[in-house]
Amino acid sequence: MTSSMLFNIATFSYLISMLAFFAFLAVKSRQVGLAGSLASYFGFIVHSAAILLRWKESYDMGMGHAPLSNLYESVVFFAWTIILIFGIIDLKYKYRVVGAFVVPFALLGMAWAQLGLHSGIQPLVPALQSNWLLYHVITCFLGYAAFAVACGISIMYLIKSGKDESAASGQGGIIAMFPSIKILDDLNYKAIIIGFPLLTLGIITGAAWANYAWGTYWSWDPKETWSLIVWFIYAAFLHARFTRGWVGKKAAILSIVGFAATIFCYLGVNLLLSGLHSYGGGG
Amino acid sequence: MTTSNRGFLEALWDFFCSLKLAIFLLIMLAATSIIGTVIPQGTPPPEYLQTISDAKYKIYSALGFFDMYHSWWFILLLYLFTVNIVACSIKRLPRVWKAISEPTLVMDEGFEKTLGLTRDFKMDGDAATLRDKMAAFLKGEFAEPVVTERDGEFHLFAQKTPYSRLGVYVVHLSIVVIFIGALIGSFFGYKAYVNIVEGTGTSVVYNRNGQKPIDLGFTVRCEDFSVSFYDTGAPKEFKSLLTVIDGGKVVVDKRPIIVNDPLTYKGITFYQSSYGPAGEGGLYHFTVRERKGGAPVKLSLHQGERKLLPDGSSMQVLEAAQEVSQFIPQFQGPAARIEVTPKGGGTPQVFIVFQNYPDFDSQRGGDLIFSYDGSDEKMFTGLQVAKDPGVWVVWTGCFLMVVGCCMAFFMSHKRIWIRVRKGHVTLGGSANKNQPGFQLAFDALVDKLKQQ
Repeated sequence: MTSSMLFNIATFSYLISMLAFFAFLAVKSRQVGLAGSLASYFGFIVHSAAILLRWKESYDMGMGHAPLSNLYESVVFFAWTIILIFGIIDLKYKYRVVGAFVVPFALLGMAWAQLGLHSGIQPLVPALQSNWLLYHVITCFLGYAAFAVACGISIMYLIKSGKDESAASGQGGIIAMFPSIKILDDLNYKAIIIGFPLLTLGIITGAAWANYAWGTYWSWDPKETWSLIVWFIYAAFLHARFTRGWVGKKAAILSIVGFAATIFCYLGVNLLLSGLHSYGGGG
Repeated sequence: MTTSNRGFLEALWDFFCSLKLAIFLLIMLAATSIIGTVIPQGTPPPEYLQTISDAKYKIYSALGFFDMYHSWWFILLLYLFTVNIVACSIKRLPRVWKAISEPTLVMDEGFEKTLGLTRDFKMDGDAATLRDKMAAFLKGEFAEPVVTERDGEFHLFAQKTPYSRLGVYVVHLSIVVIFIGALIGSFFGYKAYVNIVEGTGTSVVYNRNGQKPIDLGFTVRCEDFSVSFYDTGAPKEFKSLLTVIDGGKVVVDKRPIIVNDPLTYKGITFYQSSYGPAGEGGLYHFTVRERKGGAPVKLSLHQGERKLLPDGSSMQVLEAAQEVSQFIPQFQGPAARIEVTPKGGGTPQVFIVFQNYPDFDSQRGGDLIFSYDGSDEKMFTGLQVAKDPGVWVVWTGCFLMVVGCCMAFFMSHKRIWIRVRKGHVTLGGSANKNQPGFQLAFDALVDKLKQQ
């Protein structure tokens, strides 16, 4: 059994999970919804095992390092954190249907990683040989994942609020399974207050590492700057909630814009701009 | 002060206190920050300048887009942001502080109506008995209550984590602290660099902005520099052995520094950053033997120097590397590219010889077989040198920010009031955050109380 096979099984589980959640929206059967959750949890367990196995494999190859060092590994880890945050929301708040809009993000990441990215284990370049790598990457990606979940919830919010406006009568269709817009608004906020401190920690650990490795905690590198842009957007979101007229629809849009900026910070900076975080070239 | 002056000042104060300004500034900072990630910062490379017109270049220069994060308008935004944060905090803090230090101890009927959560039920016993029972209950299940007597009724008040209300102000303070740290660093610190050739030392480093020399007050020697590679040819480790000599005494002896493991002495930190050949006349050593037999000949030469070989041809070294695997991944170790010109002229041959593969050149099939014995070429190590007395202030700010975020997001100020009359108990509760969660806890508490 190789980690690569396990990653494929996890990807397939997320596909099943997503299809089950879509079916759940259509047929409204509790069992189908449960099947969606169980498929994603099964995938998550296999996924976790695969990450650990890949870690071990890197030691067997004589260059032991945490599997967080290139684009492939980071996309795989990102998908893992998305399912983790979804699992927390599912188990804690019991809004399973959110999975229909969150699991696809994880599936997309896994499918891209498995099909489109170079998956070889590479040795760590000197700049990455530090324990800070682990702290920095884990906090950043947990934050990103919370924002992904918030984005999925915000999309649900916009669909639901749009439908509510157009047809006040209709409680039919797929949106019948959606939580009320008030709950979606609240879940959006909850996901962001998980993500924001994690992003803050991610930026701080990145700054601490940069200071330790290069002697500057902040150098306006594009990646640093974009992480700050994301931070500003979510800070604006949090403050906007205290201002009348900025809850609901505007908050949902701001949350989606925030996640778009997050994705640009994660991928766009590496693929389109140049800077210190050079793993993006290894596509 | 005239009325209009007063009106203006008040309007200005309100402007700086407004949440709308905060949101506007956050979005402006986010939007303008994008510019510097798209336009190259510092001295723009010529290739970039060719892609933009003269007019554009003038506009960009005038707006400071090539050093955007230090331009007057970006700094102004940051100052406005700071003033906004401070003003907002000053305006709101006294009210919050009052809610913490002078809580409402008595829940009268008017106050009860303002609470989202209230329960009312009968319970046997006179007021004093019930008071003691409720006090013991709150102490055991929630928090130690304060008891107030008014008009023959007893009022109990208990609260949890009132200080969590300060979380947001801790975050605001942390931002100001980080800015102060950054200012200290920019006024009293520097970022510099220095290249030291193996076996030599320096007491002067060069500022990265403007190349101004800075006297360290002590000497740093590079005893040795080495670089190692993975099998794939990717670099594994750059290592310099540094010795610090202060006042004629060796205070740090041959301390290895690598990327991610710098050396700090007297608040000045040295980071491994780059390396290269020192470039000054190292000798390259070769052994040459003739295929038809005979004693091998050893010869040494400088780069560019031409030497005569036993058969009358001549050779010179074109280039050499300490580690060839970064260019030719199949081979490792030192290698040299040499050019051999046949006796009396003719087409020169260019080929590579490797120190770790002494028999490799025999496969070339030439009359002369070369092997490379390495060089005594010296390397230099490139060090980043930084002094930043503000960095601990920045870390303090970061710590405050994380603590403040946790207080602001994950803790709430929970309050419970109980009013006790003869045979009658009224409970009220409030939380400043996560009301649904508090409602569950409140209901559970009431159920437990009823079972007693």
